[in-house]
Amino acid sequence: MSALLFRMEGVSKHFGGVRALENAHFECEGGRIHAVLGENGAGKSTLIKVMAGVLKPDSGSLELAGTPIVLDRPADAARAGIVSVFQELSLLPDLTVADNIALASPPRRFGLIDSRQQRRIAEEALERVGATDIHPLSPVRDLPLSRRQMVEIAKALARDPRILILDEATSALSSADVAAVFRVLKKLRGRGVAIVYISHRMREIDELADDCTVYRNGRHVATFAAATKNAKEIVEMMIGREVKSVFPPRSTRPLEEKPALQVKHLSWANHLKDVSFTIRPGEVVGLGGLDGQGQRELLLALFGALIGVTGEVEANGKPISLKGPRKSGEQAGIALIPEDRKAEGLMLPMSVRDNVSFAAIDRLGRFGLVDRRAEDRAVDEVVRLLSIKVPNLDAPVGALSGGNQQKVVIGKWLMTQPRIILLNDPTRGIDVGTKQEIYQLLRNLADARAAILLYSTDYAELIGCCDRVLILYDGALVGSLEGGAINERNIVARAHNLAIDTSAPTVPR
Amino acid sequence: MIEPSAQPKATTAPSPPRRPDWTYHFAAQRGAWIALLIFAAMFTLFACEHPAGFSHNVINTAANKGALLALVAMAQTFPVLTSGLDLSVGMVFVLTNCVASTLVSGSPWRVAVGVSAVLGTGLACGALNGAVVVWGRLQPIIATLATGSLFYGAALWLRPSPGGTVDDGLAEALTGSLPGGIPCSIVLLAALVFFVWLPYRHSVLGRAAYAVGSSRQAAFMSGLPVARAQFATYVLSGFFSAVGGLLLTGLTLSGEANAMLGGSYNLSSVAAVVVGGTSLFGGSGGAVGSIFGAFVLRTIGDLLFVLDLDPLWQPLFLGVVLLFSVGLSSLRLLRIKNRLDIYR
Amino acid sequence: MLSAWTRKVDKRVLASLACIVLLLLGGSVYSRNFLSLAYLLQQLQVASFLGIVATGTMIVILLGHIDLSVPWVVTLGGMMATAAGGWGRIGGAVAIPFAFVCGLGMGLVNGIGVAYLRIPSMIFTLGMNAIAQGLMVVHTSGFAPQERATPAMHFLSVDRSILGIPNAVWMWVLTGGLASLLLSRTAFGRRVYAIGNSERAAYLSRANTKLVIMTCFGISGACSGLAGMLLAGYSTKAYQAMGDPYLMPAIAAVVIGGTSILGGRGTYYGTVTGIIVVTLLQSILSIVQVPEAGRQVIYGAVILAMLLTYGREEKSSV
Repeated sequence: MSALLFRMEGVSKHFGGVRALENAHFECEGGRIHAVLGENGAGKSTLIKVMAGVLKPDSGSLELAGTPIVLDRPADAARAGIVSVFQELSLLPDLTVADNIALASPPRRFGLIDSRQQRRIAEEALERVGATDIHPLSPVRDLPLSRRQMVEIAKALARDPRILILDEATSALSSADVAAVFRVLKKLRGRGVAIVYISHRMREIDELADDCTVYRNGRHVATFAAATKNAKEIVEMMIGREVKSVFPPRSTRPLEEKPALQVKHLSWANHLKDVSFTIRPGEVVGLGGLDGQGQRELLLALFGALIGVTGEVEANGKPISLKGPRKSGEQAGIALIPEDRKAEGLMLPMSVRDNVSFAAIDRLGRFGLVDRRAEDRAVDEVVRLLSIKVPNLDAPVGALSGGNQQKVVIGKWLMTQPRIILLNDPTRGIDVGTKQEIYQLLRNLADARAAILLYSTDYAELIGCCDRVLILYDGALVGSLEGGAINERNIVARAHNLAIDTSAPTVPR
Repeated sequence: MIEPSAQPKATTAPSPPRRPDWTYHFAAQRGAWIALLIFAAMFTLFACEHPAGFSHNVINTAANKGALLALVAMAQTFPVLTSGLDLSVGMVFVLTNCVASTLVSGSPWRVAVGVSAVLGTGLACGALNGAVVVWGRLQPIIATLATGSLFYGAALWLRPSPGGTVDDGLAEALTGSLPGGIPCSIVLLAALVFFVWLPYRHSVLGRAAYAVGSSRQAAFMSGLPVARAQFATYVLSGFFSAVGGLLLTGLTLSGEANAMLGGSYNLSSVAAVVVGGTSLFGGSGGAVGSIFGAFVLRTIGDLLFVLDLDPLWQPLFLGVVLLFSVGLSSLRLLRIKNRLDIYR
Repeated sequence: MLSAWTRKVDKRVLASLACIVLLLLGGSVYSRNFLSLAYLLQQLQVASFLGIVATGTMIVILLGHIDLSVPWVVTLGGMMATAAGGWGRIGGAVAIPFAFVCGLGMGLVNGIGVAYLRIPSMIFTLGMNAIAQGLMVVHTSGFAPQERATPAMHFLSVDRSILGIPNAVWMWVLTGGLASLLLSRTAFGRRVYAIGNSERAAYLSRANTKLVIMTCFGISGACSGLAGMLLAGYSTKAYQAMGDPYLMPAIAAVVIGGTSILGGRGTYYGTVTGIIVVTLLQSILSIVQVPEAGRQVIYGAVILAMLLTYGREEKSSV
């Protein structure tokens, strides 16, 4: 019964001078899960936005179940049974969960919205994805990111889609949530729904996909059945060049004794409990553990963004105040690459140049005035160092791809010559090529005697990049793994607060 | 590779026990409840201090004055829900007053036509505002400032000097009292709430308006009728301002193109909306809260008068009280533990 | 060098300049005097008062906020200047700085309310406007103030000392020049634009956003106070509600000049063109002797037309 459900031919889309899609084609079938792979800027997001009616293509045709179709706006796609879950959530923060789930076509009675029926629909939808801990009447703004993603998925499912598109829809979910979602997706597949799935996590692709399509530079590269190509081949197709090893080798230089960062008995509200550790210059320390165990809060506390933190922190031997980002870290050279690069790391409409120079602007001149030439020189240097791909430094930073945007954020902090660098899940939603560059950069910075604290939700990253991994559970430090003991089994075990099996042979890396 | 099924089920932090439903309903309308409480306290104090006490006359006068601002505040609420603003409500208020003083008199048939003309004027002004903001894509503050000028000019053309008249029967119906002491203006407000506001709130357009104020991008991506919803808010704003103009005509029994009055209602309507618990950022609150907010603002003035405060000090006191009441919302800052929550 | 300049010229500003030319030509059709030097200088003088107010307004709008306390802070500036002028011997020297300080003080209170108490600027400055009015009512006991402007105030606003150009214009040039320098060449100015774009990101980049916001409101208040002082010098007295005609035109001028009302974008020379457009429009309307009703309608319609032509926000692209 695998009738061809959706087809796209010759689709092109340009944004100003940028070619987002060039003569692209795509097909997906009912009853199969189709993964779309590619770096950021490869055109995946544009492709599915065209499918979802959010963007109008400059040329090309779309076909649904054999008949040509025009999708001028999201409502058209919704009517055609195409439902999408994007990276940028489509939830309305001030409305309740029930309002959001039934948003597109709320149940009506006498022309008005029927709240009771709506609530029933919401409860059903939430149960289907196993998120029964979410109260339908709670405003979405009160929910943490992982719960919001579950609501978003429940909302998509409640619309009874013929084609379901998921763009990085599970990025903040815990593994149990992901498992529940996958169960539902497989059930939908069994019922003949076509699923288009975008993710940078190869593991998820492995588990879910029936077919895969690779895009590069806005062009279709290949479509193949899953399991016919291995991960290395796929990555090479995405990047277009041979991939040697993803992670740079660790340095073998001995570390200094004098610590760069000393954290003593740090506590905050109920999220951080008596956390103490040390980082020496040149070390890359990872923060691991299950989602929401205090890792993000730890980084924010060290940067000074939290109120009511108790404990002491010393940077390079001198105690620092945690009363605000200005006082706390400026002298100590602390930098924070924040969680949400678009809302917290960048001023999107401002130029790349202005964004990169912003944190260090005081150093680029005297008496408060800015020396434009010094600024240009310094910015050019950083852009070159990080290989930030941008045609013109005066272009607004919002026009760059996710990976390049993250590089701008990093570049901004590099200009302040930091000695302690805190990173909050820096490679989330970023293509493989840029990820590698970031890993290499972190290693270079460590070799230049910076101390790095990296929070990541990707086990492979923790294993590949870090000299040491600290595991947090329920706000407390429950484990510290070093060297050969850093492997997935130990990390997971510690994350669940189980004992490590130290008798297992450690494989030399 | 780790199998998901090998992991224990509860991998997220244990969720808090579910709160009863009514706590959610209450929290959603918290601002309006507070405004109501403040008003009740103030009005009681006022009536106790007033020499005539809780008499019909006192209540009726207070109700009429409050209802005037309440209507304009309700008008302001609609665009504010979409995180917009209508700085022409005061001028529509004045314009419809002038129209009413010209047309609403004569035979019952002519009175009816006149009332329709007044309401129609409000709707037309609202439609112009809506068109300029939605399809002209201008920012509401500056667009409505400009249209406000247009409306005021029209009012001046109609009534270069104060004058005109209005049907006595209608005026009495609007501003008098029903047997039992309930002021007609309160009945009018209640009718508008039940027959216009509540249905709107539960309609698709109303829900879409909240959505636009909450997150315009998300509302668009969800396929909501963003343009229509926004347009409707400005049209409704014009309508409510027109009802206010009609009530004003009933009270003053004449029409006047008074720029200062229009300007002060403009700004007071925004203050009433804020005091009533609606967020200027959009997405939350409602017209009922704005009614209470308007009454709070009006009662302050009366209270000061009755407490025998030197009239010279009254404007200053009013300003301080206004700042204080919106400053109360800053108390939430004390509860914030993550500095990032302060910044939008 | 040329590319560096062209990258900064904004379409909106060019359109604004075109409007100025149109207005000048239109006015000259009606009266030959319109293009005379004397008349143009007088227009510049009138524009200076609005110009100084709009300078402060622009800076606050760049932050993404708005200052609705302009009307009564201007009046406060005028009244405090004339009041201080009557303080015996030191009066003459103290009047002008006193107006400046009063305006600055009101502005800083605005800044504290907006930046530290996080009350939306629209509502807080509205309240401060009411408070300024209340203070002035108490100060004057409700009557028009009788004190006269000091000779120094008169000198600054009416006399023409340099090149025959009214001193008020030089005051505008000075204020505007400092503002332009601040915005385009200092780290402080960068922070202003950044906060207008995303206060959160600016905060996380270690900018002291609260201090910047408070300072900008202080500047706006000082500009209003200064303008009030000059106005009082021009009319030789301060009077009730003298600041009322300045709020809406200031906002209109800033927006017409290409500054986005949402903040984060705009240049000072754009605002200058906007100020001139608004001033010329108002004077043409008064010359042509249209009745007040018609003037209001035309004023509103012209501003709408100008905004619709080039003041529109971009269609939101996803």
